[in-house]
Amino acid sequence: MADRRLDLAVRLRPYRVLLASRAHAQMQYRTSFVTDILGTVGVGLAEFAEVWVIFHNVDVLGGLDFTAALLVFALSNLAFSLADMFVGHLDQLPRYIRAGQVDAFYVRPLPLLAQLMTSDLSLRRVGRLSVALVALIVALTTADISWSTATVALILLTIVSGTAIFSALFTTAGGLQFFLVDGAEFTNAFTYGGQYAAQQSQQIFPDPLRIFWTFVIPTAFVAYLPAVAILDLPGDPLAPTWLAWCTPLAAALAWALAGLCWRSGTRHYQGAGG
Amino acid sequence: MSIIETRDLVRDFKRTRAVDHLTLAVEPGEAVGYIGANGAGKSTTIKMLTGILKPTSGTVRTCGIDPMRDRIGVARRVGVVFGQRSQLWWDLPLRESFGILAAIHRLDPAAAAARTDRLVEQLEMGPQLGTPVRSLSLGQRMRAEIAAALLHTPELLILDEPTIGLDVLSKQRLREFLVAERRERGTTLLLTTHDMGDIERLCDRVLVVDHGRLAFDGTLPGLAATVGAQRMLVIDLAEPSLDLTGVPNTTLVESESGGLRQRLAFDAEATTAAAVLAHVSARHGVRDLTIEEPDIEDVVRRIYAASGRG
Ligand SMILES: Nc1ncnc2c1ncn2[C@@H]1O[C@H](COP(=O)(O)OP(=O)(O)O)[C@@H](O)[C@H]1O
Ligand SMILES: [Mg+2]
Repeated sequence: MADRRLDLAVRLRPYRVLLASRAHAQMQYRTSFVTDILGTVGVGLAEFAEVWVIFHNVDVLGGLDFTAALLVFALSNLAFSLADMFVGHLDQLPRYIRAGQVDAFYVRPLPLLAQLMTSDLSLRRVGRLSVALVALIVALTTADISWSTATVALILLTIVSGTAIFSALFTTAGGLQFFLVDGAEFTNAFTYGGQYAAQQSQQIFPDPLRIFWTFVIPTAFVAYLPAVAILDLPGDPLAPTWLAWCTPLAAALAWALAGLCWRSGTRHYQGAGG
Repeated sequence: MSIIETRDLVRDFKRTRAVDHLTLAVEPGEAVGYIGANGAGKSTTIKMLTGILKPTSGTVRTCGIDPMRDRIGVARRVGVVFGQRSQLWWDLPLRESFGILAAIHRLDPAAAAARTDRLVEQLEMGPQLGTPVRSLSLGQRMRAEIAAALLHTPELLILDEPTIGLDVLSKQRLREFLVAERRERGTTLLLTTHDMGDIERLCDRVLVVDHGRLAFDGTLPGLAATVGAQRMLVIDLAEPSLDLTGVPNTTLVESESGGLRQRLAFDAEATTAAAVLAHVSARHGVRDLTIEEPDIEDVVRRIYAASGRG
């Protein structure tokens, strides 16, 4: 067992060194680092303001009251900012290609995706992450929840799986950009679009969109479905409550698609030119 | 077993065939110059050797491995430098790039430190270790790139235009280092360049590629003989003089400014620059001189012409 742990530490050492070097590089410019963090706090607050403004005008939207909407907001923002922090740069693939960095990845003895993932670590996103965290704490303490081990498990499972789902979306976006010349606009539709959809009540969407965000791009699993289960709300007739426990499954499917996209993308790679 | 082997290798891009039924083999320990005009397909070949690009058809084996099946296996045994691109971390001091690469290659820390020290010493990079890579001069950066590519002591070193844009002194240092490294470790070298001096000092075999096809495979003297390439001595005289005709084994190519600057072509097989200079300076005051190597583009053009293409 101890041996196995040691083995894992050795296996992961290159990535630890890569990530530490990224963190080090960002810390070198302390003032700009601090303003960057404040910037992402601002982004988080702006997203929150949207929820605030809506519930200033209505009491219930899409079957959610303010506290429930806050929980959905918190879970989705937490997952998104975690994914964005670790792999958000994946949709910038064309920039990496132009800079010749992708060619450099190919001649190093590590998997390409792992290298690209660890090539940047946007520490400034802790700003937005902390807004989400505060929102989560406020929502969980003010909401009427019958706490049990299952509730705690569901919350943790949701955060991990939600992060995995958004990471898979970023990876899919990266893989597609091997094919698309300037694909960022297109892929933003389901990374940032997915993030937007994840923080809404699914019931505000017409059926086709609701099915899309549940079964095609599974962002409903990131926050809405688990929140409905945690709060024991009636929820969406199309999606029974037990679906909330299927977030890992949704994450696995999203990753299967992401892996496929990524793999065919790397095989289609045309080189940096020149 | 050959360290590089391609058979009928083809790579198409949308409108062009970059590599066209290329068959070649390089044996362990060889130093091979891979030359050709811009767009001839050199970089594309290298990218297929290292698994960056997928061949359209044909086979590649690098260190006996198919790079499409085991890119990582190839990466462990090959060092690559793309002259126009960097594999270093721009925002960090140079020392850290070496540290990160050692971790990526999972080198034993003690061995990595020893290897880094040795490379840094040989390439005289000690004073730059604390400098962020983005602040290095081109010559310093290129030495750092080569050290980085050699950190894991690969059996095969592939350099794609390593001397492009370098000043004479930087080129000189790089070449001396590569000669020493090869003498010490027997590393196989595949090098593309536009500088005949690189080939002359580093390579014992030359491959010329033309429109993705192999147009010449042989030794440098063989190449020179094929195209009759000559070196050129450019002499600045102290005073305007008559044309420098009658210097043994040379031909006067040009005389400028009333004879202040004269260009003599000479056959490197028949005489030396020193002998030509001695002959001239015995008769005239020489103020300055430079030696021009035959231009690779020119050599290549002649090869292409000789093979009925170009
Ligand atoms: N990514 C690419 N997309 C389209 N054409 C390319 C690409 N890379 C190279 N080419 C074309 O392939 C040919 C060979 O290019 P290259 O191998 O870079 O030549 P060299 O390195 O000998 O100068 C050129 O005609 C070039 O324009
Ligand atoms: Mg090239």
